[in-house]
Amino acid sequence: MNREARVAHSRKSNSDLLAHYTQMQRVRTFEDRVGELYLRGGSAGSMLHLSIGEESAAVGVSAAMRAGDTFTTHHRGHGIFLARGADPNRMMAEIGGKETGYCRGKGGSMHIADMSLGHLGANAIVGGGIPAVVGAAMVAKRRKTGAVSIAFFGDGAMQQGILYESMNMAALWDLPAVFVCINNQWGMGTRIDQATKATRLHERAKVFGLNAETVDGLDVLDVAEAAARIVDGARTGTPGFLAVDCYRFFGHGRKDKSPYRSPEEEAEGRAKDPVLYARQMLRDSGMPLTELDAIDAEISAEMDATIDFTMQSAEPANDTMFRDVFAPDQPEPEPVRTRLDRVLARE
Amino acid sequence: MPKLAYRDALKQALVDAMREDPDIFIIGEEVGRYGGAYGVTKGLIEEFGAERLVDTPISEPAIIGTAVGAAMAGMRPVAELMYVDFIGMTMDQLCNQAAKIRYMFGGQIGVPMVLRTQGGTGRSAGAQHSQSLEAYVMHTPGLRLAMPGTVYDAYHLLRQALLQPDPVVFIEHKSLYAMTEEVDLSVPPPAWGKAVVRREGRDMVIVTYSRQVHHVMQAAETLSQAGIEVTVIDLRTLNPLDFETIRAEVEKVGRAMVVSEGAMTAGVAAELAARITEECFDYLEDPVVRVAGEDIPISVSVELEKNSVPGPALIEDTVRRMVA
Repeated sequence: MNREARVAHSRKSNSDLLAHYTQMQRVRTFEDRVGELYLRGGSAGSMLHLSIGEESAAVGVSAAMRAGDTFTTHHRGHGIFLARGADPNRMMAEIGGKETGYCRGKGGSMHIADMSLGHLGANAIVGGGIPAVVGAAMVAKRRKTGAVSIAFFGDGAMQQGILYESMNMAALWDLPAVFVCINNQWGMGTRIDQATKATRLHERAKVFGLNAETVDGLDVLDVAEAAARIVDGARTGTPGFLAVDCYRFFGHGRKDKSPYRSPEEEAEGRAKDPVLYARQMLRDSGMPLTELDAIDAEISAEMDATIDFTMQSAEPANDTMFRDVFAPDQPEPEPVRTRLDRVLARE
Repeated sequence: MPKLAYRDALKQALVDAMREDPDIFIIGEEVGRYGGAYGVTKGLIEEFGAERLVDTPISEPAIIGTAVGAAMAGMRPVAELMYVDFIGMTMDQLCNQAAKIRYMFGGQIGVPMVLRTQGGTGRSAGAQHSQSLEAYVMHTPGLRLAMPGTVYDAYHLLRQALLQPDPVVFIEHKSLYAMTEEVDLSVPPPAWGKAVVRREGRDMVIVTYSRQVHHVMQAAETLSQAGIEVTVIDLRTLNPLDFETIRAEVEKVGRAMVVSEGAMTAGVAAELAARITEECFDYLEDPVVRVAGEDIPISVSVELEKNSVPGPALIEDTVRRMVA
């Protein structure tokens, strides 16, 4: 839908757009603060993969999800989790490796999870989280919960075999599963057309019998509409695939300055900014700038607080290191130091 | 007492567990209509239906990954990997996902699944269908590992595996499926994670598991006729590892060897030998010896295959030379 048509759209759509804008701005601001935490030395490591430029995928697809739905994400999944209702403080603390984080500092950016929000886990293995949604969808179908399970991944995972195994099984068994490819054009330093000849990604899913579409990620309302079609289809028994075309505004990780791509390409890619686009649509529909600025300021304060929360949070206690290898009622592994003390004491 | 085959004990364990726990289902290649490559699940589909015996495409990574997701969603899948040799296909889902999910996510959730598979030599199945890869599993924190060597253990270890809160890799031995034993399954089993002393002697402790238990017991019998008495420890599970039983027996006897079918270098036998040396050094009269698989792929030739892994003759000869 073009902008004029969109502006003329209903009041309902406008309130959706404001909600989407707010969520996208929260995602972007959060990730901006992730970068700040890193610069201040408060992040645990530098393996921080930002989704700036991809916010419409997280927010648009999330809008089609319900409470009780489950999902897995990839290494660039902060936005999806936030859009599903994550507490940004606990997220940031997890990225900082602090005990107040979602996983008590053991998971970090790439292994964050929260069962109460249906987040079955981020994944640092490209494609690693995809088949879990087949299992979760199988259980949802068997128990008739009405839930769908959604795997989010990047274009890099389109070349992993596990995706095709998983889509094949989901289709074979008519599972309420959805596969969402956030196609930001770059798998680390390899552009999609340097990784495959078959760049019309959704066609691959169609072959397996899934409902499949590609949507331009510039307009979050387009993404939300496409996602609703695909997710609703899955809920009624036909698994789906959605590719969201967008652009990775920055490098692969914090330290990557993207020397492998041209400034012209970056400028063109960054011009497709879903957050600014939504903002402009809201302005065009008559929303006063002051109101938008007030929303942004509120978000800014919310996300500033995540850094303070993280910096003030404690490191996990050392003895938690041996916890949760197995279930809590099982003996913990013997620490090397304890064993050495025991073995060497005899001499 | 009734005679029961190892294969049928496994089937009985699955049937009994599935009758008790409606959340248990079996997923894998040829598990339903075909009944399992080695016949363990034959006929189960008639009682439990295709929903609980899920035949899959040939997609080992996704079979394990689906089981991981189903376990996280509250069910208790038994994923079958037709041969342990295919474990390489599944390493990411098994070792990066199933094994680490509880830990990475700060204890929020576990993955109570069983990966049933089989390994070992004895059927001239060649280099890609005859391996003993338990060391891969034992080397990964977060995985339990059971390897039954007897009919009784085939039943009870599988029942116990299906009660564990964490992922269990359950490796059967392909040469044992047809083995029958007189068993009374109603005898309560040892606790999960406990080794069993199969035989006691004063001259040597042999630590082993799975099919090699039988080779060791055979060698022990021959040695006994020559006046050499060995203690035989069947580990039953490699994780948990019952080192206390090993320690107690080694401290009594003062000599130990480890017998494993897996390739020797950096294998299970190496780990056990190192641990016994470290923990029981003051009690040892000799270095702990490893008797294990050759560091070579397994051949199809019956003779080459047989001689690639420990057998009763090698075990017996090694003991004689050590106690001489």
